[in-house]
This record gives sequence, structure tokens and C-alpha cells, in this order.
Amino acid sequence: MQLIEQHIAAHKNVPGALLPLLHAIQDDIGYVPQDAYKSIGKALNLSVAEVHGVVTFYHHFRTEPVGRYILQICRAESCQSMGSEKLEAHVKAELGIDYHQTTADGALTLEPVYCLGNCACSPAVMLNDEIYGRVDANKINQIISEARAGELA
Amino acid sequence: MTVTVYIPRDSSALSLGAERTAKAIAVEAKKRDIEINLVRNGSRGMFWLEPMVEVATDGGRVAYAPVQPEDVAGLFDADFLHAGAHPLNLGLTEEIPYFKNQQRLTFERVGVTDPVSLDDYIAHNGYQGLQKALKLGGAEIVKIVTDSGLRGRGGAAFPTGIKWNTVLGAKGTQKYIVCNADEGDSGTFSDRMIMEDDPFVLIEGMTIASIAVGATQGYIYLRSEYPHALKTLNTAIASAYNAGYLGDDVCGSSKAFHLEVRRAAGAYVCGEETSLLESLEGKRGLVRFKPPLPAIEGLFGKPTVVNNVISLATVPIILNKGSQYYADYGMGSSRGTLPIQLAGNIKHGGLVELAFGATLRELLYDFGGGSANGKPIRAVQVGGPLGAFLPESQFDTPLDYEEFNKIWAVLGHGGIVAFDDTVDMAKMARYAFEFCAIESCGKCTPCRIGSTRGAEVMDNIINGKDVQKNIKLVRDLSDTMLHGSLCALGGMTPYPVLSAMNHFAADFENRS
Repeated sequence: MQLIEQHIAAHKNVPGALLPLLHAIQDDIGYVPQDAYKSIGKALNLSVAEVHGVVTFYHHFRTEPVGRYILQICRAESCQSMGSEKLEAHVKAELGIDYHQTTADGALTLEPVYCLGNCACSPAVMLNDEIYGRVDANKINQIISEARAGELA
Repeated sequence: MTVTVYIPRDSSALSLGAERTAKAIAVEAKKRDIEINLVRNGSRGMFWLEPMVEVATDGGRVAYAPVQPEDVAGLFDADFLHAGAHPLNLGLTEEIPYFKNQQRLTFERVGVTDPVSLDDYIAHNGYQGLQKALKLGGAEIVKIVTDSGLRGRGGAAFPTGIKWNTVLGAKGTQKYIVCNADEGDSGTFSDRMIMEDDPFVLIEGMTIASIAVGATQGYIYLRSEYPHALKTLNTAIASAYNAGYLGDDVCGSSKAFHLEVRRAAGAYVCGEETSLLESLEGKRGLVRFKPPLPAIEGLFGKPTVVNNVISLATVPIILNKGSQYYADYGMGSSRGTLPIQLAGNIKHGGLVELAFGATLRELLYDFGGGSANGKPIRAVQVGGPLGAFLPESQFDTPLDYEEFNKIWAVLGHGGIVAFDDTVDMAKMARYAFEFCAIESCGKCTPCRIGSTRGAEVMDNIINGKDVQKNIKLVRDLSDTMLHGSLCALGGMTPYPVLSAMNHFAADFENRS
């Protein structure tokens, strides 16, 4: 909580502070704990319900801890035209999880994403901040095993 | 003499291994004790050729592509640093027809320069538009932008100059320039390329807008899915501050303009301008009723210019070369150029900037080379997830806002997604509803409920249940969404749904 208080102190006087503050917290600890709503609300003159409303409106914000890596698979039209549905099914089977879930070893959380802006190189996936294009089953297996081994930065 | 070698830092190039290629080249050069000047440029936008390595020669830059780490030793053996012969040698980059046949105005520097080098930017016509703007009054700048014919490139195609004029005339001690960089349409990446590959042009465009309307604060609302663009923009903004192009006294003019990047958080609807403003204010991205227009009551209730990345990034060349120079390109009421993005199932995907007026067929076949796998292109979706699907019989439509309106389609942000003949158009129609349901802000009923019910009815059609009755139901529902939604998300979801139904009826009717 001390970390969160530091972020609150750094952001509370910024115009339209809530989104930058939520980003700072999530960048730091991986999610926005619900325990923090009260302090955030107090600093920004918002109710807990208003903070909760904003956190849950945006797909990017999470209220639970996640795996060491977040694997996002693009589900949008361009990637569909290049077989992303098969890729999604393959990844789900390979990891034994569905979207918004984390593998038992805590390595990977799987999330859908609607466009990564890499549409000339579909299908695309993103692992944390690293983007990959023209991803097939072999390539995704390699990305997953490297993430599991912690070889990626 | 030290040879300059260019390897892109653009996300799409990185997604195909440009970082590993750059490292391999640096390592190999060191191993051979050869000094090279390695520049991480933007991408030329020919993504099937990434990672593309370019070498500077007296006759121009020579391309080798695509280059993987295992090719690097061979390139050194072939003396690629002096344009040596090699199977990957494509000759002069700017003579490659895909590149040569474009009309690059907004993208004049993209792929050419080092995106984060202010010196490089200035050496390639950078900040000349701002220097001219600083000698003019606000109304004169607005007139130049209006006369150029520039229309909002985010998709709505509203004349940029008219929007600016409203903000110029609005009373208020505080005005804002907001850049809509929430590029969420599938099949589009031109905003991302500007921000990653030539960020100063966006900063300059926003600065010119601020001088024109009297704004002192700008925000770039950037989608969270673009981490590389975030880094590049922040680096460029810091350089612009250091060099006096941003701050309390822009270029000694005693005019202030401050600029900051704000990260979005994965809500597609925040690409709608009023939803975006709510989000910037730290709220849920609920769409506002209009009026009041954002130009009168925008961010924090103050007069605000909200423009797309490409619109703002086009302003510097218009100021530099004059409104007539820009207006001389294009057709009808669509003046200037459009950065078109070829995406999806296409052999030569990438960025093609052309004057309005080229046909879809020219784009798909002359530039795009047909589908990626050689199968026939059965459908294309133009203008993102809210754009219509077009069949082959409409491929001769010129890219022009009004010509697209005539066939009940939209140009949108210029993204073209190709599908081969394996596409199931009923599934695409279902996906359009599903996407709308996921992304609806929830404020108006046609969008919030209509999208969910639409997906359910499409499921019934796909499963062959009461097909004719359910097709009629989808048409009724679409009519309600078209006419009853608050913004384009609910109001345009019927475009992909009904166009799929109208042009590809067999995919809906013949279900078993």
C-alpha cells in the first residue's frame, strides 16, 4: 500500500488524474487492487463506486494479480483473415486455459486484444510489450516456451 | 569512410525480427573490424520485406530484404556495405515500384529519417510549416488549412479548417488541442507509423494548431496497445522541449504550448471524440450528447480541437507548401492524399499513400499483389470494424469519400482488410455484433442491447434455425441501431452486417 500511496501523491494534482494514476499502479504491481479504491477516491474526491466504475470500464485494467507474462492474441478482422481463430484454439489447448486466465505455474496470462496495429503482418500477438507478426503454431510454441523459461526480457 | 546502415525500429519490423537483425549486423561488423553507422529508421511501409536493411551509397539507399540474422554473414561476404550483389539485393529502395508509385506527402519522411533525431527532422523539411505559421495570424492559418480541403482522416471526414475556425472563434481563456491517437480499427496502422516513425511531424502539427486557435495545452490520447509509440513520442517531446519547440515560449514567439501523452486503456469506443474527452478527464468513456460540440465545450468544458493523428500530421506540409499544393492532389471533394493501409490476407501488405481517386482494384492487385495465399479475394472490409464489406463487383470504386457513400460504404481511416474465398460472411456479420457488444459504452440502448441480441440472432442463422425469419429480424434490428444509436459504434455496426447480407446472401441463406 505504501507504493500505491506514493503514486497517489505523485498524481493527485494532475488534471484528469485517474487514468494516469491507475496506469502507474498497474505498471508497478501488475493490477489495481480493490483495497486501493478508498485511498484513490479520497485523494481525487471520488466515491469508491466511481473508482470501481472507471477501473471496470476499461479492458486494460485488472483487479487481480496476473502471470509473469501477458500474452495477448489479436482477435480482430485482419488477423481473422489470416487464421487467428485456429491460433487462438491452439494456444488455449497448449496452455490449458481460456482468456482472462493464468497458467498454473504463474508464467502466462492469456488475454484477447482487438488490433495491435500490425495488420500487414497478421496474425499478431503481443507478449508484454513485445510484438510478433505472422505467428503460426510453431512460432507461438517458441514464444510460450521462451516465456516459461524466463528467457525474454 | 563509415557506411550508414538503416534498420527499422517500427513495430511491424520489430514483430518480424528487426531487433535481432540489427544486433547480428552490429556483432558481425565488430567481428570483422568494420566501423558502421547504424541508424534505426522508421519503416518504408513495405512490410512483406521487413526486416529491410538499407545501405547508403552515392547513388541513393540500396535495400536488402528481408534480412534475418542467418543472412548477415553472407551479406558482409557479398560486400553489401558497398551495394554488392546478393540474392536479397533489391536495388535502390526508392525505385521499388510499390514505393515509387506513391505520392508521399504526410509520410514524406517516414522510413527515411531517424524518428527520434530532431536534427534529422529539421534536415528533411521539418519545422518549416511552424516557422511560416508563426509569421501568420490565427485566422490566416485556419484559412490555409480550410483552403487545402483537408478533411478529418480519423474517419468522419469533417473539414479540419472549419473545426479549427469554431475553436478560434470560441471565447475562453483556456483552449486545448487533443490528438485522437486511439487507432483501434482493425486493418489500420498509419497513426502508429507516424508516431513511431516520424513523431515530430505530429508534434509540429499540434503546435501549429495551438498557434492557430490560441490553445496552450495539448494531449495525445494514445492507445495502450502501442507501447513503442509511447516511448518514441515521449522521447521526441522531450527533445522538442529542450530545443524550444515546445514550452512557454515556442521558438521565441512568446506563445506557449505544452504537450503530454496520455495513455488510453483498451476501450475502442474512446476513439469517439466525446468518449475520448470523458476518458481524458479521468472518467468512464461514456459518449456525450452533442451539442454542445467539443469545439465549444470540450475537454474540461473548454473549447477543444480534437483531430486524428494523420489530420494533424498533414498540417505541417500544408503550411510549408501552401494550400494549393495540397489541394492539387485528389478528386472531387476529397482533396490531398490518403495514407492507405493494405492488410489482412494480402501478399504485399503495407502503407500506400496516394492521392484520392485510385480504385480498390489498383490497391489490391497493382500494389497488394492479390491475396497472401494466391486464392481469389472474395471480400474486403474498408474503414475498420464499422466499415462495409465490399464484393469483387465493387472493386472499381475510386477511393473518395463521396464515391464510397454512394455505394453505402465508408473510407474511414483508410484501412483495407482483404479476405480470401474461405471467409464465411455470416460469421463476419456475427463478429461485428459481438465486437460492438464488447466495446459498447452502454449509454444508449440500441447499441448496448442491440449488439448482444444481434449476435444471438446471427447464431441462429449460422445454425440454420428459422433463417428467413431471423434475417428479417437482423434487418429490423440493424434499422433501429442505424437510426437510434448515440454514436458511430452502434450506428455503424449495421454497415458490416447488412453489407455482408446484401452482397453475400448465400452465406446467410444456405445454412444447414
